[in-house]
Amino acid sequence: MTDVHDVVLVGGGAAGLRAAIAVAEADPGLSVAIVSKVYPMRSHTVSAEGGAAGVIGADDTLDDHAYDTISGSDWLCDQDAVEAFVAEAPHELLRLEHWGCPWSREPDGHIAVRSFGGMRKMRTWFAADKTGFHLLHTLFQTTLKYPGIARYDEWLVTRLLVEDGRVQGVVALELMSGRVEIITARAVVLCTGGCGRVFPFTTNANIKTGDGMALAYRAGAPLKDMEFVQYHPTGLPFTGILITEAARSEGGWLINKDGYRYLQDYDLGQPDPKPVLRSMELGPRDRLSQAFVHEVEKGRAIDTPYGPVVHLDLRHLGQRLIDTKLPFVRELCLNYQNIDPVTELVPVRPVVHYMMGGVHTDMHGATPIHGLYAAGEAACVSINGANRLGSNSLPECLVFGARAGRAAAEYAAAAPAPGSAVLAQGSDEQRRLERDLLSRTGGPERIAVIRDGMQQVMEDSAGIYRDGDALAKGAEALRDLQQRARSATLDDHSHTFNTELIAALELSNMLDVAEAIIACALQREESRGAHQRTDFPGRDDDRFLAHSLVYRQPDGACRIEYLPVTIARWPPGQRVYGR
Amino acid sequence: MTDTIPMHVTRYRPEQETAPTVEEYEVPLRRDWAVLDGLNYIKDRQDGTLSYRWSCRMGICGSCGMTVNGEPMLTCATFLTEYKPGPVRVEPLSNFPVIRDLVVEIGDFLRKLPKVMPWIVRDTEKPTAEGEYLQTPDEQDAYKQYSMCINCMLCYSACPVYGLDPHFLGPAAIALAQRYNLDSRDHGAADRLELLTHPDGVWGCTLVGECTRACPKDVDPAGAIQRYKLTAAMQSLKAFLLPRGAR
Amino acid sequence: MSAPPIYTEFHPRWYRKRMGTLWWLHRRSYLVFALRELSCVFIAWFVIFLLLLAHAIGGGNHAYHRFLDWAANPFVIAVNIVALLFVVLHAVTWFNLAPKAIVVRARGRRVPSPLIAGTNYLAWAALSAVVAWLVLRS
Repeated sequence: MTDVHDVVLVGGGAAGLRAAIAVAEADPGLSVAIVSKVYPMRSHTVSAEGGAAGVIGADDTLDDHAYDTISGSDWLCDQDAVEAFVAEAPHELLRLEHWGCPWSREPDGHIAVRSFGGMRKMRTWFAADKTGFHLLHTLFQTTLKYPGIARYDEWLVTRLLVEDGRVQGVVALELMSGRVEIITARAVVLCTGGCGRVFPFTTNANIKTGDGMALAYRAGAPLKDMEFVQYHPTGLPFTGILITEAARSEGGWLINKDGYRYLQDYDLGQPDPKPVLRSMELGPRDRLSQAFVHEVEKGRAIDTPYGPVVHLDLRHLGQRLIDTKLPFVRELCLNYQNIDPVTELVPVRPVVHYMMGGVHTDMHGATPIHGLYAAGEAACVSINGANRLGSNSLPECLVFGARAGRAAAEYAAAAPAPGSAVLAQGSDEQRRLERDLLSRTGGPERIAVIRDGMQQVMEDSAGIYRDGDALAKGAEALRDLQQRARSATLDDHSHTFNTELIAALELSNMLDVAEAIIACALQREESRGAHQRTDFPGRDDDRFLAHSLVYRQPDGACRIEYLPVTIARWPPGQRVYGR
Repeated sequence: MTDTIPMHVTRYRPEQETAPTVEEYEVPLRRDWAVLDGLNYIKDRQDGTLSYRWSCRMGICGSCGMTVNGEPMLTCATFLTEYKPGPVRVEPLSNFPVIRDLVVEIGDFLRKLPKVMPWIVRDTEKPTAEGEYLQTPDEQDAYKQYSMCINCMLCYSACPVYGLDPHFLGPAAIALAQRYNLDSRDHGAADRLELLTHPDGVWGCTLVGECTRACPKDVDPAGAIQRYKLTAAMQSLKAFLLPRGAR
Repeated sequence: MSAPPIYTEFHPRWYRKRMGTLWWLHRRSYLVFALRELSCVFIAWFVIFLLLLAHAIGGGNHAYHRFLDWAANPFVIAVNIVALLFVVLHAVTWFNLAPKAIVVRARGRRVPSPLIAGTNYLAWAALSAVVAWLVLRS
């Protein structure tokens, strides 16, 4: 059985939903479908908390936002893309407001903004501390206005169909029934989010398994800047649940076991009782996470059964502020740590949060494969470079979701219909899923064991600080895990909602993505932003002011090329915080 | 010897059986473990055939709703220690067809949701270049509570009216309609009136109140429904008493 | 434009558990709800009782005393006691639920539920006091 659409969006989070609306508005005659392995309102956008940045203050300028983003990225982002991004972000956020998003307001009814890490002006729009939740639900409910947007809820795309250098559709598995269908399309936009689940401690939901990245990678599109993995400085120790940066922008302090605001030792400024922009706790995420590692090495972190932590001190903010501006933070701490941030210190540690890297795209979301686009965390344009500033990723989903949607619509309107050659590929995939996976029994290992192994390898080799030896060992361990994954056992051979099969498919996606991360990290012999090499501690603009592009070889190995960064008006400089 | 707790989990394998059965497992009893962690332990280490939905594990995505010891709960926000010494009985959400094990079919809600027009309806639109629609914090408070719904379906599971009559629009759908009705930027209340005042709309609700009790996000759908009954009644009265022109 | 694949709403393999007739016994809150709904019957009984009383008064002294004799019958008294309990349940549950429907905002905050429920109770007490005074002052 085959379904036919003009544009298929893989993933139904902020980027996917925004792209769908963009297609529906750009060309109502096009048939557009969202294929998501979960219901759209379950997409991980829902757990974003802090806010979305967009210039609206009278004292703020687009150039300021651009500079903050560029310096925050350690000059690895493409400045033309950043300029387009900062210009469009406020309009996208206003569009969301028009669609009903309950942005928090000033008493006079105007949009309120708050400070955020790495930004020199206050420009982060927020909806209490559930920004992602409100944004996603607003977008989802708005898509319901367009009856032309078809949805395949709980369908997992397992393969991109590419023929003649252009994408011609996808193969997808319906969770409920186990049936595998070919959905042909003239354009496909990957909006599947990041891959935090390749690491053991992450803010990411279970569904963040890098599916779209793996799909593109296997189809021949390169992944870009995969070595740049963002650690969010404040996650809860056992669960990895995110404690938003907003807690710090409202005035929270990070203190070590001596009650000392240790960030002042790491060239991030001097402590001030009130939050100071781009200083101390409002520094960029990579520097804060790196400071944590040093504190642990100095023995100044607090030991807990779940590893070393530091404390986030919100007590001086007072209950009223916490209940108004950070109610979800309070709820999370109470439920998951049995701690009330109003009166107690919150234990936190850096946890993997965001992938700066992803499918290589241009400013319009286009990948080198004709008809294949990507947007959101799954893509790498790049506007985040080596380190993303907080509150840039929600507008990134909106701006580039819209751009990719419009570009895909334009392409699809002119593209020829998919040929019948892809149907053979589709049948192959159907057989593969049936034969290789569902019939697999009696293997030596469970999926969970291999997954845990992969996560441990990534934690040990590709953590906040890396070195060549550990990375090389990691690469080898991953190759071994790939082998073991191929013969992992499946208990569940049912066709009806077989979540073990899904886990197996996700694991293979994660292993491919993990290999890409380690390969790129090994090649990049410098330290920049979130990629820190103890054997190459300095930034090397001569050799590495470039994006890593990783291509999958037929034997599964990674081939890496470099693509120079687009520098426009901001020549590379030093990142200065706190001064 | 580490503490353990028994979990009795409903299984349903449609390819093998016509009715659900219960399987008993034993999982470690850790202080921080939610019921979901127990289920993950079973699936990862004991029985990979157990199917259930989960994602964010922080109570915001709404995927992991199940019936725990008879009550609809988010399994990621319910802790095993609360049920010591057990057993912890885990069943799929009631009032929904069961697809497999703990996975229920929620397509009914997704078909009903667009009918209440859960989007901003305006008489006149303003281009984004002209800025935001002003809304004071007070105006936002008027609907804020109803905007907190994570679509977890616990309210539908708790509602006996929905259990007896699946045509009932249901708590979350009506609460979301109210979220837009009470939003000062919206002008669509009149458009939503007809569906909401249908016998399967607000008038289907007999104010059992279980939906509000079950709601993990304090949306208070029962309150939303009763308020709308008052609004709808006033509308009818006005329509009856006032001449057409004055309405 | 092709429509997305639709599953029939009554997929044969989905398991549907029927709600038993005694579903309202399964939970305390359901039971209280059922009793609350039942209390309407007793409200109706009191209305009929009052109408009968009014009719008897209208029928003159003799009819009135016949009515009182009938009302003094232990069976009728028992019914009225049970009815009174149900009416009290009715009043209490509905007063407590009133704040759900009546949302009053004053000075930027919602008037707390106990205040709205309390107003109802106060009115009830006041009216009862007035009626009691009227009845007992002879």
